[in-house]
Amino acid sequence: MNKTNTQLDEHGRLRHFLTIEGLNRSLLVDILNTAESFSSVTEQAVKKVPLLRGKTIVNLFFESSTRTRTTFELAAKRLSADVLNINITASATSKGETLLDTVRNLEAMHCDMFIVRHPFSGAAHFIAQHAAPHISIINAGDGRHAHPTQAMLDMFTIRRHKGDFHKLRIAIVGDIAHSRVARSQIHALNILGVEEVRVIGPKTLIPAEAHTLGVHVYHDLREGLREVDVVIMLRIQRERMEGAFLPSEHEYFHLYGLTEEKLELAKPDIIVMHPGPINRGVEIDSVVADSSRSLILQQVTHGIAIRMAVMSMAMGHSAGEVEREGS
Amino acid sequence: MIGIHTGGVWIANHLHKTLALREALGTLDISFYRDDFTRVGVNPQVKPSRLPLNLDNRHIILVDDVLYTGRTIRAALNEIFDYGRPAAILLAVLVDRSGRELPIQADVAGIQIDVAENQQIKLQGPEPLSLKIIDTKDVEK
Repeated sequence: MNKTNTQLDEHGRLRHFLTIEGLNRSLLVDILNTAESFSSVTEQAVKKVPLLRGKTIVNLFFESSTRTRTTFELAAKRLSADVLNINITASATSKGETLLDTVRNLEAMHCDMFIVRHPFSGAAHFIAQHAAPHISIINAGDGRHAHPTQAMLDMFTIRRHKGDFHKLRIAIVGDIAHSRVARSQIHALNILGVEEVRVIGPKTLIPAEAHTLGVHVYHDLREGLREVDVVIMLRIQRERMEGAFLPSEHEYFHLYGLTEEKLELAKPDIIVMHPGPINRGVEIDSVVADSSRSLILQQVTHGIAIRMAVMSMAMGHSAGEVEREGS
Repeated sequence: MIGIHTGGVWIANHLHKTLALREALGTLDISFYRDDFTRVGVNPQVKPSRLPLNLDNRHIILVDDVLYTGRTIRAALNEIFDYGRPAAILLAVLVDRSGRELPIQADVAGIQIDVAENQQIKLQGPEPLSLKIIDTKDVEK
């Protein structure tokens, strides 16, 4: 399956946003620049633009998520679109309706875009392949595969604070094996051409052939943070303790929890990021999470601008000439 | 006074100085109010619009470089009205070019020029300002 063709229209513009993999650098930079424009909109007194007026955007979340769903909803409303939130647990799916039947039912209501989060990898691609041609699909996270809007808001945050990507060393710390966020971040960082991407974590949580993703693997946090400009902490889920991947939260924090002391070997101006929600005292110490190095809350703000960018770019595709109007 | 990016802002800067206006110059980027969004898509280089928070009952001079179809002014008016209800808007343009597609006219125009359909009038700047007539066949897409 050629993922690139699924996501782009015949002019090479974004049509769906399913995964970072297969996209080129200039498209990623366009997304960042477009988000920059929207970022200034959200800082103004009038936070709405009429770009997607009359369009209906559906939040199709098969996994619970308040934060991601809320930022997509806010982004859609700031573009003047109408938003539908489908609560899957209360819906027909729990009565046995298939994924495609759910999609067909929504198409029959003339919706223009689906934001999809699903526990199975590949769900967003599957919907994109079967949905009607005028509908755009945005992947809000599928299984362990991809979470492209999270990766883009992280890239946006990095660019805002560190500028040029080429000289940067980035470390991603935590449960890489189970993380769709990490996978998307690694693709984005490599496509944008950073100096080095490192993954740091216990052997049980780092995939066996991780280096094939274009990363250097470390199992010692202090060593891994040496000379690093940006550190991204991933959340440790309870299930990992129960699944014998980790002995205890306490031991994880001791070895891999980010504390001021562990940051001593890193660059003094290192920035700390986390996709959220954070587990204080497990992957990150409160002092670090609340310090001026931490950009965790800014990431949330940037998420709105990035999602406005991606939604308007995907909605704005159509067959036809690319000409600008006269004035 | 409000200038429309990009050429309108250059003109407005000069007018603002020449007329010695006390109130700060407002700027407008109409990219998000364009009517051709589904054909053209989102412009990745939109500049922020900076307007005084409350436009209610204000008299506004709206400045642009070239008035042609009138669609830019339509977009600018929509954007201004999202910010408030002005008492009056006066439109001042450097170049009034025939070819209106909407019932919009300039109150003040520097010069009237007629050019062929395949030609475009472009203001270059910001220093020095100069007008250029370009053949759109020669323009790279």
